[in-house]
Amino acid sequence: MYILNRQQRHFVNSSWMIISLLLVTLLPFFLFFGLYLKSTYLLHDYSVFDLIFSKTWKPASGQFGFYPFIVGSIWVTLLAMLFTAPVCLLTAIYVTQYTRKIVLRIMHPAIDILAGIPSVVYGLWGILVIVPFISKYLGPLFGIKTMGYSILAAAFVLSIMIIPFILNILIEIFRSIPMELKEAALSLGATQWQTIKQVILKKALPGIIAAFGFGLARAFGETMAVLMVVGNVVKLPGNIFDPGYTLPALIANNYGEMLSIPRYDSALMFAAFLLLAVSLFFNLIMHFFIVKYNKY
Amino acid sequence: MTRGQKIEERFFKVLMFLSTFFILAILAIIIYSIFEKGIRSISWEMLTEIPSGGYYYGKGGGILNAILGSLALASGATVIAFFVGLPVALYINVFLIRHKKIVGMVRFLLDLVWGIPSIVYGAFGFTLMIFLGLQTSLLAGTITVALFILPIMIRSIDEIVRTAPIGLQEASYSLGSNKSETAFRILTRQSVSGIITAILLSFGRAIGDAASVLFTAGYTDHLPNGLLEPVATLPLSIFFQLASPVPEVQNRAYASALVLTLIILLVSLFSRGLGKRYHKTKINF
Repeated sequence: MYILNRQQRHFVNSSWMIISLLLVTLLPFFLFFGLYLKSTYLLHDYSVFDLIFSKTWKPASGQFGFYPFIVGSIWVTLLAMLFTAPVCLLTAIYVTQYTRKIVLRIMHPAIDILAGIPSVVYGLWGILVIVPFISKYLGPLFGIKTMGYSILAAAFVLSIMIIPFILNILIEIFRSIPMELKEAALSLGATQWQTIKQVILKKALPGIIAAFGFGLARAFGETMAVLMVVGNVVKLPGNIFDPGYTLPALIANNYGEMLSIPRYDSALMFAAFLLLAVSLFFNLIMHFFIVKYNKY
Repeated sequence: MTRGQKIEERFFKVLMFLSTFFILAILAIIIYSIFEKGIRSISWEMLTEIPSGGYYYGKGGGILNAILGSLALASGATVIAFFVGLPVALYINVFLIRHKKIVGMVRFLLDLVWGIPSIVYGAFGFTLMIFLGLQTSLLAGTITVALFILPIMIRSIDEIVRTAPIGLQEASYSLGSNKSETAFRILTRQSVSGIITAILLSFGRAIGDAASVLFTAGYTDHLPNGLLEPVATLPLSIFFQLASPVPEVQNRAYASALVLTLIILLVSLFSRGLGKRYHKTKINF
């Protein structure tokens, strides 16, 4: 029935497993060095400091300043976190501490669906709903004339996209807090809100920071949805109603022409390398917060 | 409890209820606006025809090229990711089960890779493609997306395989089977429902992502006809049609978004249903 005998099958299966494992563990290093090697053409001629802090982006005349894109990315990401962090935290506390299990059972599929919606669809929804809302109502409310395609629109769409991601981690963290801790606080006469404020939140703090950090890293690298609503104008944004440009959008928008201008492809690969470095850095730090949380 | 404390608790309770409600409402609004816009412009022609000559100026045709292209690309990527991912998940749970530190490191590495944005995979896939001398093609796109969903696949299978009790492995060894037999015949069978969920989850991720295929899969108005030809994908077809100034073409973008959302909702529905169904082979302890 089998062509190979048991020993041979064991050998084949084991090698298949080990080769796969090697491939997977080497993947991040491949990514890192692949993109690094590609960006060396650029780094050969410019210093990293100049690239990151110079403001002019004119690839045709050899000027590669990433500053507007980095600033745009940071604005969009921080603003999105500002919107999403309180909502996620309050919701996570509510569904794990106050309501019955049934609410959590409704929330889980809702979170799954939110997480499953592709980013292009989020972008399309942003164009349909958020962009007109900002240009028609929110902008005039503050006395600002805006197209709607703005840092604010991108931040808003982004803040919704990362809700499922952050909320999932937060719910896990609140659920893993031992019941005894709560009971001890309650038995000492604390009200439920006091228990949450002074015991549960304190215990969960490293976990909460980690959840927000993971969300931040995720938001920083989000491409399509942001690209569709952020406006894609290379300039330093003056306020949140201005259009902007982000690093991932830069890469995605210019892949077509990058082989026609010298060092352009290398510049885009450098942008990808920056994204990778930021993502790895944040995830690394947040991992230590999680480890710290698990230790107590 | 003082009056102030009571008001504080009441206040935060209302705030918490409102945020929970806000999240559910936003989800409902998103789904509603996608359906409402999409249903108006969807037609049989859109689902069954490829773009005709003046499609991008509002003339006839459909997005069959993108639907089939996306299905082909996502299935291919899921198959590759499965054949690389399953052995890894089994290996760390069978061969490395006594080396907690190494397993922890592998899981940590996978979580790191999971967090990398898909545009970075796209850029890496592009350099890989140039390096291998490939053109933008179904093959290049499939490989890139496979790399992108690999950590998702492995971690989801791993989460389910690690819940299998150690006694199951011990029973298998005591009956004389070796480690690879235990891994592929016993543990896989025990975790079938979870593995199916993992596959469908990865498939959903693969079909919805645009940033990683932007560089590598290209775009074409023809049906996919070979691994080395460019291929159209649904997310990109939405993106390109939406960028058009012609209203009819924009309406088709809404319809395409509806198609993509429906596929993803169906996949997630299936994964819930199938997960429950294959409990028969599972031994309960």
